[in-house]
Amino acid sequence: MIVIDIISGILLIAGVFFGLSGAIGLFRFPDFFTRVHAASVTDSISAILIISGLLLQTSFDLNTGKLLFIMVFLLITSPTASHALAKSARHGGLLTMPEASQKSQEQKQ
Amino acid sequence: MAEFIDLVLLAMLAITALRVIFLKDLFAVVMLFGIYSFLSALIFVSLDAVDVAFTEASVGAGISTVLMLGTLALTGRKEKKNENASILPLLVVGVTGAALIYGTLDMPPFGHPDNPIHEHVAPRYIEESPKEVGLPNMVTSVLASYRGFDTLGETVVVFSAMIGVLALLGVVRREESAPESGLQSHRVLHVVAKLIIPLIILFALYVQFHGDFGPGGGFQAGVIAAAAFILYALVFGLPMAFAVVEPKFLEKMAAFGVLLYASVGVYSMLKGGHFLDYNQLAADPVAGQHYGIIIIELGVGITVFAVMLSIFYAFGSQAERSNVQ
Repeated sequence: MIVIDIISGILLIAGVFFGLSGAIGLFRFPDFFTRVHAASVTDSISAILIISGLLLQTSFDLNTGKLLFIMVFLLITSPTASHALAKSARHGGLLTMPEASQKSQEQKQ
Repeated sequence: MAEFIDLVLLAMLAITALRVIFLKDLFAVVMLFGIYSFLSALIFVSLDAVDVAFTEASVGAGISTVLMLGTLALTGRKEKKNENASILPLLVVGVTGAALIYGTLDMPPFGHPDNPIHEHVAPRYIEESPKEVGLPNMVTSVLASYRGFDTLGETVVVFSAMIGVLALLGVVRREESAPESGLQSHRVLHVVAKLIIPLIILFALYVQFHGDFGPGGGFQAGVIAAAAFILYALVFGLPMAFAVVEPKFLEKMAAFGVLLYASVGVYSMLKGGHFLDYNQLAADPVAGQHYGIIIIELGVGITVFAVMLSIFYAFGSQAERSNVQ
């Protein structure tokens, strides 16, 4: 039992770490696409690690199944959401940072 | 620890409200409203009101965010500058706020067992409802049986909201000359939406019929089912969604839900009881309660689903029309 508790604790702490790093990245990264990248870290790996940590705390009953369903749902939806966000921005004409600086240099010349 | 969590959540709620007031970008305001609803849902969870939290999360954060975004597509995303700012509105707001805060001083202490709310009908519900109604989820017994008339009123309110929106925006008609709509270039979204939509509808059915045993019920289920169809309409375009569920059919469905609810009441009157007295529905009163609750929850679910989807249709088709022009 103690081994399971330790593993679940490690998973939870790792999940919190990735969640926090995603939040910091969302504030600190310079442009839209890198920020989407940071937010998607929180969406995907952090949520999945936290749910895995919680999975080990259940006594393998109905709650385990519900958590598994939530995890599968998140595994499918959150990368899709990040992808759709980034793609919409790209189609809307938003440039990445290197492209934008290149363009402004060309305009100077 | 619980008090600390409550304090943090309430502080975040206040910060969100202040940001909503001062931001001029309405798109961000709508997103903040979603966050506000999720925070309230968390507060409800920490107060052990799971059913209310579920409703708040699905209605407040889910569907109303989508509907407000639909409104933004019509009105534009910047707040107009308010020219005639005067001192009088500020005074009225200040006085009202001060009176409300003064009023809270007379409120009984939070969570005290002698509070009026714990002494009036609540003990009777807790003691008698397992015998009288026999549902594991007491919230559903109160909502659908003891307070069945109130819930009928709420369903009628939802129905009349649809009538109001359709009266303002015009009834949606299927148009043959479909402009390009939906997200044609998003191949990934198409695949994932097709995968997810059946699961969402299945979950809505689970919430609908599991409401007797756990958190859930007609309101949440209707909203979740509507969300599945709204996702379909967003990804594949409104004309495709109209091919699946016609706007005309939705109007009939919304009326059918309310009628189904009210007809249970009329039927129990014909059987010799009061309006919405489910005891008359079967030979065994407890079984009658179960039948009544399942049927009226179904009525609520159908009405909420139809109303939410047709309001979305109304906003969506209006926005597409103004895009074409």
